[in-house]
Amino acid sequence: MSAARVGVVTFPGTLDDQDAARAVRHAGGEAVPLWHADPDLKGVDAVFLPGGFSYGDYLRCGAISRFAPLMEELIPAARAGLPVLGTCNGFQILCEAHLLPGALMRNAGLHYICRDQGIRVENTATPWTSDFTEGQEIVLPIKHGEGRYVADEATLAALEANGQVVFRYAGGNPNGSLNDIAGIRNEAGNVVGLMPHPEHAVEDLTGAPSTDGRGFFTSILKKLVNT
Amino acid sequence: MARVIVDVMLKPEILDAQGQAIARALPRLGFSGVSSVRQGKRFEVEIEGPADEAALDEVRKMAETLLANTVIEDFTVTVADE
Repeated sequence: MSAARVGVVTFPGTLDDQDAARAVRHAGGEAVPLWHADPDLKGVDAVFLPGGFSYGDYLRCGAISRFAPLMEELIPAARAGLPVLGTCNGFQILCEAHLLPGALMRNAGLHYICRDQGIRVENTATPWTSDFTEGQEIVLPIKHGEGRYVADEATLAALEANGQVVFRYAGGNPNGSLNDIAGIRNEAGNVVGLMPHPEHAVEDLTGAPSTDGRGFFTSILKKLVNT
Repeated sequence: MARVIVDVMLKPEILDAQGQAIARALPRLGFSGVSSVRQGKRFEVEIEGPADEAALDEVRKMAETLLANTVIEDFTVTVADE
């Protein structure tokens, strides 16, 4: 059986695409580079939207990227069930694209934060989190200036009621996000966004705080191989 | 030619951390009597034809689509005085 193919998107200003591709390969998948200006998903089985500063974060983080030619293909595919994971800037892009509800705003303390962060896994019913257990605490790096998740009260209540809060900050909220939200999913569960960086936490050698990020990639590859 | 102004402001219920930081800095600079500051964005859109209702509708569409994120922001569209 050929390896599952996970697309990794590069926009101008994306930073983490190489780490994301490496993490996919580390877990045994094939990483397929996708280019923002090329409206072609190349038949991938899942898509990873990595972090960075796409389009220089001009206007709002993710606001310009959301209209990239590739996104015109990705948005309908995600609505039709294609598994998509967005981390950091990728999460911001998913919110701007309305694939996920709410928005990400400047950290409450205004500082850019780069540190190891405790994260509690709240929902394992997604193709990206099935290898975790509910309530499991993991450690991942965070590095962002605009990670404060906000949504109106009704949206927030619906997220909580439907189990769409996938990750919560543990041991302190770094950015003032509502309900300590670090990551969410769409109603169907195939689209997941989070501020922390699993792709930076898959190898001991690189000095990551943990290898807890591996679970994201093993989850998606199992899902793709089994379906 | 006409100039249309789009003002984008955070919705009142959204915490404006930047505005708060500005408000806290003002007393240190000797400006007193400021109870709050909200920070927003202003776009000046030059359009080729007159700023008639159809043109303004088009600018409102631009604002909804790109200039503002209506999840967190409100916008107003006005025609600039010549």
